[in-house]
Order: sequence, then structure tokens, then C-alpha cells
Amino acid sequence: MMSHWIIAPVVLPAIVGAFTLLVLRNTLGSARAISTAATATLLAIALYLMWGASHEGPEAYFLGNWPAPFGIVLVLDRLSALMVALAAFLALVVQLYAIGTGWDAKGRHFHALWQFQLMGICGAFLTGDAFNLFVFFEVLLIASYGLMIHGGGRDRLKAGVQYVAYNLVGSTLFLLGLATIYSVTGTLNMADLAAKLPSLPQGDAALIRVAGVMLLMVFAIKGALVPLHTWLPATYAQAPGPVSALFAVMTKVGAYAVIRLYTLVFPADLPATGPLFADLILAAALLTLAVGGLGVLGARGLGRLVAFAAITSMGTLFVAVAQFTPEATAAALYYALHSTLAAAALFLLADLVLARRGQWRLAAAPRIAQQGLIASLFMAAAIAAAGMPPLSGFLGKLLILDATRGPWLAVIWSGILISSFLVILGFAKAGAVLFWKSHADATPPAPHAPQPLAFVAVGALLAGLVGLTLAAGPVTAWLSTTAAELHDPAAYIAANKLGGQ
Amino acid sequence: MELLVASSVGLMTAVGVYLILRLRSFPVIVGLTMISYACNVFIFASGRVVAGLPPILSKDAAAYTDPMPQALVLTAIVISFGMTAVLVMMALGAFFEAGDDRVDLDEEGAE
Repeated sequence: MMSHWIIAPVVLPAIVGAFTLLVLRNTLGSARAISTAATATLLAIALYLMWGASHEGPEAYFLGNWPAPFGIVLVLDRLSALMVALAAFLALVVQLYAIGTGWDAKGRHFHALWQFQLMGICGAFLTGDAFNLFVFFEVLLIASYGLMIHGGGRDRLKAGVQYVAYNLVGSTLFLLGLATIYSVTGTLNMADLAAKLPSLPQGDAALIRVAGVMLLMVFAIKGALVPLHTWLPATYAQAPGPVSALFAVMTKVGAYAVIRLYTLVFPADLPATGPLFADLILAAALLTLAVGGLGVLGARGLGRLVAFAAITSMGTLFVAVAQFTPEATAAALYYALHSTLAAAALFLLADLVLARRGQWRLAAAPRIAQQGLIASLFMAAAIAAAGMPPLSGFLGKLLILDATRGPWLAVIWSGILISSFLVILGFAKAGAVLFWKSHADATPPAPHAPQPLAFVAVGALLAGLVGLTLAAGPVTAWLSTTAAELHDPAAYIAANKLGGQ
Repeated sequence: MELLVASSVGLMTAVGVYLILRLRSFPVIVGLTMISYACNVFIFASGRVVAGLPPILSKDAAAYTDPMPQALVLTAIVISFGMTAVLVMMALGAFFEAGDDRVDLDEEGAE
């Protein structure tokens, strides 16, 4: 019994965020210490929840002890525990980077917003209620608006306004979809929906399809699926480096919501919807691969290059998600772990380069301080992101290709392989311009602070990738059980104790 | 009454969509507000349109209207209001930094 620990990942950041905001707003040193300690505690709790979820199966936490579906429930299962642990690990490492580079001192309330962001992310992963999912989406979004414009500046604010406007439209769509579902079924508890939708009257099938597509569009905005990806390049390129790195897990919130809702509530064998959503996601994911690959090749700045690499990785992830088989879902989860860490490492390295070059543009410039170290780390992260051996990106893409079945096999294989080639080409070009051509210029590099903590953070992310590669056997075995649980959600539904058993 | 509710939702959404496609931040914000109004009325109607029935327990009520959408719409109003306030602040900040209120990025910002 994990009981009250299930709500700890939401309550802990909420308390620490408010405390940091009210008491520590003028003392950066103690804000850093307490906020980092809280994130480390969050990671420890998440690992404990993961241990509990893998030994005892799904468990629900009834807020205010109201029975489902009348009250709100949080449901802990393997997938939600895994995603919370991933978010906590990423947040801890990136927070060390922000402290090491002094990013958190460039504006106010960085650590308070960071904690509120974590509260929203963890809540979105844990909740078992569709409307509560909307509320946690808004919590993580409003914190992300503050983080995105942290440090200010003209271009960042302009990109921030676009980001907020885009997401407000997404929130409205989310509400419209939820209201449609409620008008048809009279419930918004995910397990209750899963139990009720198969016996839906024939006349309501069209409404539920519309609602499902609207929700899918919302998650496609979050997950940066073409054609709803247009907010991502400018946002990620303009946001502060550590914030972009944390946002690597925000696109996975979209992927998580798709995996959760479209295996539990709208599975492919649901008579009212059938394979409609799988087909839509697959088409969008293949387009995402194409747009992402071309974007990497055509990017003129390092920020957009890395942003389009993140879009390509979301395309690869959604290709696996769209197949909705246990094997493909396990591959998708492995790739999600890998691509979160790889994208975050790339954003941090891009930020290190930007701080030393002073501009994003990919053009020859004098050498930068610590060039050798940054160049080797960049190469390792680029190899991982592009999916070349020996790092985990290769294994992840191999698992996805191996799990692919059905009539679209040839298209999916060529899509993933060609987009990987474009990403390799783009990164090779960028690395050559950034790090090799600078040797033609004999000017000594401008001095820059060594920032050891920042390099430790990047190293920790790359070590995570190496760990994911070395432990691929046990990790995929664990993820296969997770995927099997997702595709047979009887235990998840039973944990909600519907009808008061 | 159904026709009135439905056409007002449709009209407000149409106006909102037109306005958020404008190039300046003020019409975009007004458009987002219109869409969120339309959304609120829509959520309200998702519990079926009835007149003159109480949503909470009362001794002399013959029947009840669904109270759930009222709770949902309250949450939605609070959140959309807060989000709009954030957007107004950010648009103001961008206006003071950039000197104009265009929402598109220029060449340099798009790099």
C-alpha cells in the first residue's frame, strides 16, 4: 500500500514553491538549496513509487475520500510512476545546470516557478480524472509561461506571447472536448469512461469521435505533432537553455496523455471509434518525421536545429505510439526515456555554445572557451539524438522498427531511417561549422568562467543515456510489463473501485 | 432556447477565430476571450439546457438540473481569466520591449 505517498509528488512542489515564493524571494542562496533539496526528495519519492507500482500493481488515491467517479482520483501505475521519476531526474539535473550557469539569477522567482512546473507535470502524470488532467495541464502551462520569459528580452517576450496564445487555444479545445464527452457519458473519470464507452448508444458515436479528435489535437499541440508543431521552434530557441531542457519532458506529457487515454478510454477495439485515432496519429507522425528532418537540415541557427531535432524525435515516438500494440508501446516508452534525456542534453549544450559565441547563427566564428570539451559532449549528444550506435537512440529506433507490423511497414521504416539520416547530416554540418571551421581563425578564445557544475549536469544526462544503453535488457523487460498492463487495463479500472466495491 | 444557445456559441467562436488570426496582440487577446466565452456557454449546455430548475438539493424542487457542468464551468472561467491576465501582461511587456504589438517574429527573432 503506497497510500498517501501517491499525492506527495504534487503536494511537495506546491508547498516548496509557495514557501520559496513567500519566504525566500530575496535570498537566492537558500532558495537554491531548498529548491534543489526538494527536487532531490521528489526523485526519491518517485523511485519509491516506481518500486511500489511494480510490486503491487495500480493503486488509486481518493482525494477527500470521495468514491470514484464522483470525487477526483489520482492513480499510480507503472507508467505514471516512471514518468514522474523521469521528470524528477531531469528537473534535478537541469536545476543544477541553471545554478551552475547563473541562469536562475537572471530574473526573479526562478525556483518557485520551477517547483510549480514540477507540480503540474507530476499531477498530469498521476491523475485518473480527465478534467483534473486539464487543471494540471493549466498548472504546468502557467508556470511554463513564467519560465519561458525568464530573463526577459525582446525576442523572448515576443516568442512567449505566441507560445501563450497557442496554448490558450489548446486549452479551449481541451475544454470543448471534455464537455462533449461529459454530455454523452455523464462522467469524466478515466476508468469510468473506459467502462462506459463500449456500451454507448449508436447515436452518440459521432459525438464521441469528435471529442476524441479534439482531445487528440490538444495532445498533438503539446507533443508537437505536425501540423500543430509551429509553436515549438521559436519557443525552444528563445526560452532560456535550462527551461528548454525541462520543456523536453513537456512534449512527453502530450505523448503520455495520448498513450494513457487512447489505450484506456479509446482503445482500437472500441466500436464507436475503431482505428480512427491510430490512423490520424500515424499520418501526423510520419509528416512530423519529414518536417523535423527537413527543419534540422535547413536550420540557420543552433537553437532551431536542436528544436527541429526534438520535433523529429517526437515524430519517431508517435510512430511507435500509433501502432497501439504492447511491443510498439514498450519501444515507444524506451524511446521516450532516451529522447527526453538526449534532447535536454542538446539544449544545455546549445546554451553553453550560445553563452560563449553570443549568437545562434551557424557561421564561422573564432574559437570559444572550453571548445574541446563542449565539442566532444556535443558529438556524444548528437550521436544519441540521431540514433547512431553505440548509444540508446540506436537501440530505441531499432526496437521501434522491430515492433512495426502491418501494411505501413515500408513507409514507417523509410520514414524513420531517412529522417535519421537528415538529422545526422544536419548535426554533422552544424558541428563542423561550430567547432572545426573556428580553427581557421587564430584569435584566442574570449575567456569565460569554467562553470564546472554546468558540465557535471550535461555529463549526468549523457551518463543517463549510457546507463539506459547498458541496462537496456532489464529496462525493456520492465517496460514490456508496463505496456502489457496498459493494453489490458482491467487492474487500472479495478483500482478505482467503481460502484463502491 | 436551444437555437439561441447554439447560435451564440457558434457566433462567438467564429468571431474569436477571426480575431486570433489577426497580426496584432490586442485583437488576438480579444479573440481568445471570445473563444473562452463560447467554450464556457458550451460547457454549461453540456448538462442539457433546462430553465428554472435548482442545481442543489432543495425541499420543494420537482426536478434538478445537472450541477456538474456548473462546477466545471466555474473552474474553466477562473483558469481562462487568469491565463488571459498573464497573456495581457506578456503582450504589454513585449510591446514595451519591441515598440510594436505585432505577434509575428521578425527574421532575427526567428533564427
